[in-house]
Amino acid sequence: MVLVLALGDLHIPHRSSDLPAKFKSMLVPGKIQHIICTGNLCIKEVHDYLKSLCPDMHVTRGEYDEDARYPETKTLTIGQFKLGLCHGHQVIPWGDLDSLAMLQRQLDVDILVTGHTHQFKAYKHEGGVVINPGSATGAYSSITYDVNPSFVLMDIDGLRVVVYVYELIDGEVKVDKIDFKKTATTHAAH
Amino acid sequence: MLSDAEDEEKWLAEGIAGLQHNAFYMHRALDSNNIRDALKYSAQMLSELRTSKLSPHKYYELYMRSFDELRKLEMFFKEETKRGCSVIDLYELVQHAGNILPRLYLLCTVGSVYIKSKEAPAKDVLKDLVEMCRGIQHPVRGLFLRSYLAQISRDKLPDIGSEYEGDADSVVDAVEFVLQNFTEMNKLWVRMQHQGPVREKEKREKERSELRDLVGKNLHVLSQIEGVDLEMYKETVLPRVLEQVVNCKDELAQYYLMDCIIQVFPDEYHLQTLETLLGACPQLQPTVDIKTVLSRLMERLSNYAASSTEVLPEFLQVEAFAKLSNAIGKVIEAQVDMPIVGAISLYVSLLTFTLRVHSDRLDYVDQVLGACIKKLSGKAKLEDNKATKQIVALLSAPLEKYNDIVTALKLSNYPRVMDHLDTGTNKVMAVVIIQSIMKNTTAISTSDKVEALFELIKGLIKDMDGTPADELDDEDFKEEQNSVARLIHMLFNEDPEEMFKIICTVRRHILQGGPTRLPFTVPPLVFTTLKLVRRLQGQDGDVAGEEVPVTPKKIFQLLHQTIEALSSVPSPELALRLYLQCAEAANDCDLEPVAYEFFTQAFILYEEEIADSKAQVTAIHLIIGTLQRMNAFGVENRDTLTHKATGYSAKLLKKPDQCRAVYACSHLFWVDDQDGIKDGERVLLCLKRALRIANAAQQMANVTRGSSGPVTLFVEILNKYLYFFEKGNPQITSKAIKDLVELIMTEMQSDNTTSDPSADAFFASTLRYIQFQKQKGGAMGEKYEPINV
Repeated sequence: MVLVLALGDLHIPHRSSDLPAKFKSMLVPGKIQHIICTGNLCIKEVHDYLKSLCPDMHVTRGEYDEDARYPETKTLTIGQFKLGLCHGHQVIPWGDLDSLAMLQRQLDVDILVTGHTHQFKAYKHEGGVVINPGSATGAYSSITYDVNPSFVLMDIDGLRVVVYVYELIDGEVKVDKIDFKKTATTHAAH
Repeated sequence: MLSDAEDEEKWLAEGIAGLQHNAFYMHRALDSNNIRDALKYSAQMLSELRTSKLSPHKYYELYMRSFDELRKLEMFFKEETKRGCSVIDLYELVQHAGNILPRLYLLCTVGSVYIKSKEAPAKDVLKDLVEMCRGIQHPVRGLFLRSYLAQISRDKLPDIGSEYEGDADSVVDAVEFVLQNFTEMNKLWVRMQHQGPVREKEKREKERSELRDLVGKNLHVLSQIEGVDLEMYKETVLPRVLEQVVNCKDELAQYYLMDCIIQVFPDEYHLQTLETLLGACPQLQPTVDIKTVLSRLMERLSNYAASSTEVLPEFLQVEAFAKLSNAIGKVIEAQVDMPIVGAISLYVSLLTFTLRVHSDRLDYVDQVLGACIKKLSGKAKLEDNKATKQIVALLSAPLEKYNDIVTALKLSNYPRVMDHLDTGTNKVMAVVIIQSIMKNTTAISTSDKVEALFELIKGLIKDMDGTPADELDDEDFKEEQNSVARLIHMLFNEDPEEMFKIICTVRRHILQGGPTRLPFTVPPLVFTTLKLVRRLQGQDGDVAGEEVPVTPKKIFQLLHQTIEALSSVPSPELALRLYLQCAEAANDCDLEPVAYEFFTQAFILYEEEIADSKAQVTAIHLIIGTLQRMNAFGVENRDTLTHKATGYSAKLLKKPDQCRAVYACSHLFWVDDQDGIKDGERVLLCLKRALRIANAAQQMANVTRGSSGPVTLFVEILNKYLYFFEKGNPQITSKAIKDLVELIMTEMQSDNTTSDPSADAFFASTLRYIQFQKQKGGAMGEKYEPINV
């Protein structure tokens, strides 16, 4: 069992002062094995904070990130799953599922994690999953109105991944769960 | 020659030997009930205490041994009186001892038995003893003798409720006795410093300090006397003790005894006698560390106040704050040589006291800060490290207490104190203020408060005289500016009008920040402003002829000017992103000309300022992505902008980048909304153009490397074909898709093509997708039917 924290679009300090205190108290070092961050952190302080939660961290570049070394896309394998990571401002139309599906085919991954729209989404799609963890700070977005802060925890166990989404709604953390099983016939098997 | 220390050891050893020798014979005499011999040997034993050769420390050792022996002698005297020997006779008898010091020790010992026997009133015996002890004027010997007297008399004072309580008012006698012994002991103690050569003064002061508890013990005894109630403390004890403290004019004694008074007597006594106690402070020697004494007093009183809410009225009743504040002022005035750090730390203590006892009295808090400014005024900025630390403590205390900067903002003297800090410390303090706001998530909700706050933290907002920003450590500077950026999100009011005022205030301040700060501070301001726009969205300005003070239009003008400020930095990439954000917000407000203007600005920056090819790729994608979402534009404006966007896409440096940007432009002509534009022909034109560029890229690769590049770009374009095919663009036919698939297959099989596993996988998964869609059945499956791959 591996816990993966997926989050992005914090936009600190451009659009938000900090992560919600409730999230901060939930995110403690030592519980998470990997962090995947879609980008727009935007500053080193935030990078360092996330790194303190878990040293194994993968970041792609958002259009506001000061660190120019983050790659545009990244793929990694965790257990039986191949994951793809991209901020998403490169995929036009923004947030469009069919266009993201194309990126998923291009990166040849089971799970594609992107951001940019600040709206939590998780789709099962052609035997894969496309996840947008939303904005961890609930940052302003030109695309999405009334953004609630959210992030995603993925519990990867064998061929199964359980996606937990944590959303802060009116000061309360709500948790939702989406189950996904990779079938043996799925293409990544070859 | 023996050293001093070795000499002393020797003398001590001799003293102990003599003492033990005589003690041995004294015991023998006691065992055989020979009272005369017992007295003789005990007197000889006590003669060892007549030495002047020992340091107080060694003398103490000798004294303790004698003390133990005297206890045995006292037991014997007690037994004797039980057997019928008259205690009065004993009291007479011991006076025959030849030397005065042994005689007085013996007299005290018998005196103890005498009081216990109750054959004479305790007060008379005690008076007699304390008077007779005057016979010893040698400081060390006198101190120890009187200490012995204090020791044996402790449990025999004629206190209220004690078995030795005599007639009316015998407490007065008890108090009188202790006070007299205290006074004499203190005199001896103070005089000790004059004994011996001047060069050993320092060593002597150290020794003297070791003996302080002998003197202080008397105050402790006084505090233990039941009969010393507030009245007596106020009328007799405190004035007499203070009289001695002030008159002795000795730094060591004054500091120690003041502290001792504060520690041993009850809190409510201090509160009720504050005036007297504080009145003594300015009369002390100028070198006395009065600030520590006062700090301890205030600390005790604060603890007392915290112990129960019931005592708080007492503080008000005696006007504790006014008295303390007054006393501190006088002390600072009297001690002209007191370093500034001392004065400030006194104010820190007073402030701590005020915050704990009178937390509701902001005027008191402000008064303390005001007094501090008075002390600081006329002086240049503080350079003293310790003093600035104290000022930071002074300014941090209200923040910690109220957990709320809004309260601190009401303190008119607060910013004036900050002005006395050097630039570096001023910034540190500003960061502390911001952190306090963050920690407590305090919203600053009016423009007045924002104004006051920015006045406080101005050290972070603009260059202060003398320190240009470029001299600072880069990391520190970033951190400071980022904290300012975070702060901007804490400034909030529900009311749009007030919020707009807040934004204007912030803007006015941050625009003074200069090119190094603007990239940090402009973005948060822009986004805060955009949040306000969103709240007002749909509001049209003049509603029924009424003057609306704040409209999106007005705000967009402000945004325009704010982002323009970034051109001085210059920071074109950031400015471009912000313009695009504004364009989209204006679009959402249905303000076509405004949105167009923002787009124009974005394009100008793209054309004139963004030269880096990688930055161009990102910028053009952001432009296309934003433009794709715009629905406020009429045909003409839209055409102009899409034309520009496709034109710049085709002019990117690298062919693959060109190709990708161009096929992304296809989405500008096909928006999947109900009213979205659906120009299938122009979509096809884009895709064909992308194909041409992909071909050109392949040919270029052929020329330069002798082999074709990977087929990735073709597969990407194929996917775009599929996208529009599914969306029902009639221009995208199943035949075109089939042709493209074949083209890719041919390319892949060509020996000339570099194989790339990731491109192969991409193509494979695309073909699988086509299969997947075919098998789906329904309309989609039907649509895909003609495509056999």
